[in-house]
Amino acid sequence: MTVVQFVLVGMAFFSIGLYGVLSRKNAVLILASVELMLAGVNINMVTFDTYLQDQLHAGQIFSLFIIALAAAEVGIGIAIILLIFRNLQTADVDSLDLMKD
Amino acid sequence: MEAVSLADWFKEVANWAFMVIAFPTLFAAWRTVSSNNIVRAVLYLVISLAGTAAMFLMLGAAFVAWTVVLVYIGAVIILFLIGIMITRAPLGVDSDLSHGRDVMLPAALLSIVLFAVTAWAVWDAFGMIMIQPFEPTSTADLANVLFDRFVIPFEVVSFVLLAALIGGITLARRDNTGAKR
Repeated sequence: MTVVQFVLVGMAFFSIGLYGVLSRKNAVLILASVELMLAGVNINMVTFDTYLQDQLHAGQIFSLFIIALAAAEVGIGIAIILLIFRNLQTADVDSLDLMKD
Repeated sequence: MEAVSLADWFKEVANWAFMVIAFPTLFAAWRTVSSNNIVRAVLYLVISLAGTAAMFLMLGAAFVAWTVVLVYIGAVIILFLIGIMITRAPLGVDSDLSHGRDVMLPAALLSIVLFAVTAWAVWDAFGMIMIQPFEPTSTADLANVLFDRFVIPFEVVSFVLLAALIGGITLARRDNTGAKR
């Protein structure tokens, strides 16, 4: 196994997630794309942890932190989307233009 | 810093296992951002996250892999599905989930350029350098480090989770006291 093969998959995840964040309109699917980006970062972290044979396992610990923070982020994100839906009856981010001009 | 030739790379069984995992995972990731069916998009996210968990297992990070399975596939996906159901998104095929071509093309261009640049940088730096044989990380090792060297970040993360919990409740509950003020 080489380092590059895992890191390339992680970067492909990140790029696909970036594409999703930019091109999706539905707020729930934007959050799902953010999850893809974070999964790509996790792959990078764990790959370099194994490659460097880190005695502190900083990469794995950091990916655990990222997982915890991503879970918190999704919880808050879904709560905000519910609030928006309750007020505007839509989860489409294009309709959130109250602060535009 | 031992490099491997491409022919030798294909001879290693683990690399075939890697490809069996990687290609469906990437396909599922692609379908997550391109599917016109919102429920299917989230279910494809399950497949891609399961693929990352399998890669963590290949890298000897068993605890992280099972955390991904429990937290992401177990809890986060359920949150997504609940979010979809509560916002009453149309459950069938819906063409209104993504922007039109005018946004899609620059977005695709940007992500392809990002991938190309980072891939070139990593290839330039590492080439075909192999990961040396390693011992799988035991949960005990991970816990020893987590509760010794990283105990303060761990406490900070637990505080963030508490704040997120309270924030989620405050945001989502119907405010009955506001009318009285």
